[in-house]
Amino acid sequence: MNGPAQNLLEVSDLTVSFPTATGHTDVVSHLDLTLEKGGALGIVGESGSGKSLTSLAIMGLLPGKARRSGSIRFAGDELTTMSESALRRVRGDRIAMIFQDPLSSLNPYYTVGAQIQEAYRSHRKGVSRRQARQVSIEAMERVHIKDAARRVDDYPHQFSGGMRQRVMIAMALSTEPELLIADEPTTALDVTVQAQILELLEEIRRETGSGLILITHDLAVVSEITDHIVVMRYGECVERGPVEAVFSDPQHAYTRDLLDAVPRIDDDIAALRTPGRAGEAT
Amino acid sequence: MARYLVNRVAAMAGILLLVCLFTYAVFFLFSPDPAVQICGKTCTPERIDQIRDNLGLDQPFWSQFLTFLKGIFVGRSYGDGVSAVQCSAPCLGYSFQSSQPVTDMMLQRLPVSATVAIGAAVLWLLGGVSAGLLSAVREGTWVDKTLTGLTLGGMSIPNYVLALVLQYVLVVRLQWLPFPQAVPFSDDPVQWFLNFVMPWIVLAVGYAAAYTRLTRANVIDTLQENFLRTARAKGLAPRLVWRRHALRPALTPVVTVFGMDFAGLLGGALITETVFGLNGVGKLAADSIAKNDQPVIMGVTLLAAFFVVIGNVVVDLVYTVIDPRVRVGT
Repeated sequence: MNGPAQNLLEVSDLTVSFPTATGHTDVVSHLDLTLEKGGALGIVGESGSGKSLTSLAIMGLLPGKARRSGSIRFAGDELTTMSESALRRVRGDRIAMIFQDPLSSLNPYYTVGAQIQEAYRSHRKGVSRRQARQVSIEAMERVHIKDAARRVDDYPHQFSGGMRQRVMIAMALSTEPELLIADEPTTALDVTVQAQILELLEEIRRETGSGLILITHDLAVVSEITDHIVVMRYGECVERGPVEAVFSDPQHAYTRDLLDAVPRIDDDIAALRTPGRAGEAT
Repeated sequence: MARYLVNRVAAMAGILLLVCLFTYAVFFLFSPDPAVQICGKTCTPERIDQIRDNLGLDQPFWSQFLTFLKGIFVGRSYGDGVSAVQCSAPCLGYSFQSSQPVTDMMLQRLPVSATVAIGAAVLWLLGGVSAGLLSAVREGTWVDKTLTGLTLGGMSIPNYVLALVLQYVLVVRLQWLPFPQAVPFSDDPVQWFLNFVMPWIVLAVGYAAAYTRLTRANVIDTLQENFLRTARAKGLAPRLVWRRHALRPALTPVVTVFGMDFAGLLGGALITETVFGLNGVGKLAADSIAKNDQPVIMGVTLLAAFFVVIGNVVVDLVYTVIDPRVRVGT
């Protein structure tokens, strides 16, 4: 498709392992990912499939005991060999991340404005408090938080779940990142709020042209806003391709099971069969 | 905010009133006749009657209790006519032993207890919190294990044992500290200070051990928090992640515990003061218990309760400042 120079992110042969009693166990093994500039990639899999660790590995935020090997190239720069301080300049500035549980991901002791400004000011040296505050208000307006100029001084507990996730997104947006990684951004939210957050992510991607990696176990979520999909299981990629292709003609039994597990509104109740045991079948 | 304050103070007054009632009832119901005690060995029945009349011991419980309460707020008088003794507020009665006003006895000793408490608090806060932080940062290493072992020792060693060991080591063997002599601060500040070093250490050791554990556990918990991951994902320098995101949540519970502990100590460190012969409120309590000096025991009990209740309210108020989630009206 596109030449390597045009890819925003290229992960190749990524392996993450943790020490266990019997040596090291791979939780992500030999994973390859490619994301074009402005593209949207969905990483799908059940709990423990290694999808969240993949995102932490890209950010360089794996727990201390984890080992990482392979290559992660972001806009042409190799992240795995970068110094910690150089990596910090990428983190939060060029690659921003949104997490699953917005309440626990925000520090309860600081106003949301302070937390948004913190991200911005740590990457834009010499910015005044006033400017940073203005940026945080604008970021909150962009994620459609009403009355942002007033709410900027509120604390996370004064926001609803959906609004908190908007705050997280505003925090990520404030530095205008080239890549946004959203790790289960809607899992902790109500269905209606989920739809709004997805719409927002889609809108931002359209407006800013940033790349998006969406990590989820929810196939419906992936189908709505991503164009490519990677299905992970036990730390390995079992299937990849354009969303429509994977959805219409899944090649791997596990993908078929995942798709079958999604209830459809036009399904007959009797037609909702129990997924088979794909692991054994292949 | 004002309403919160009013509520807290009203609740505090209610609790103190209950403590008063309970304390008074205990001493009223379970103590031997004070009149006999005051009268001493050579005593006539007439004299006993006179004392009873003077103290109002012939009155029913509620009447006596109200007089006692009235004494605390507006003062009271004992006896009547020319022989009446006026006891001004806050009046907690007179010692059966020394006939001194209980309030004066406590006020004289309060500075000593406060000195012991403040010095020890400084030691245990500095020692406990820094050891706890170190232990948490070095979790699982030999530093952590050594500190954990030391805290176990610190928490289990009785104050009086530690006091004797310290006296033997620091004063007798090493002679780093002079033999304690009672001197006022104005006469010899150095000797005065050195006198307090051992009590401070003895009292601080147990608390420091507890604070080390508390701090260690809180810091380790906080480091697992999702918002720390967020802070790192923002690209903040580790120094900022620690200072802004880890320390504040981790140390907030320490404030609560400290408020309670310190307030409790203002009511007297009974064992430490007794072992070192310091004339604080704790020693006063110990002495008056030995002599069954009821008004003094009651006074000391109320004073301790007073500090604990005040300490609670102060902690609550401080919390509204440091933790936005308990801020009221928002």
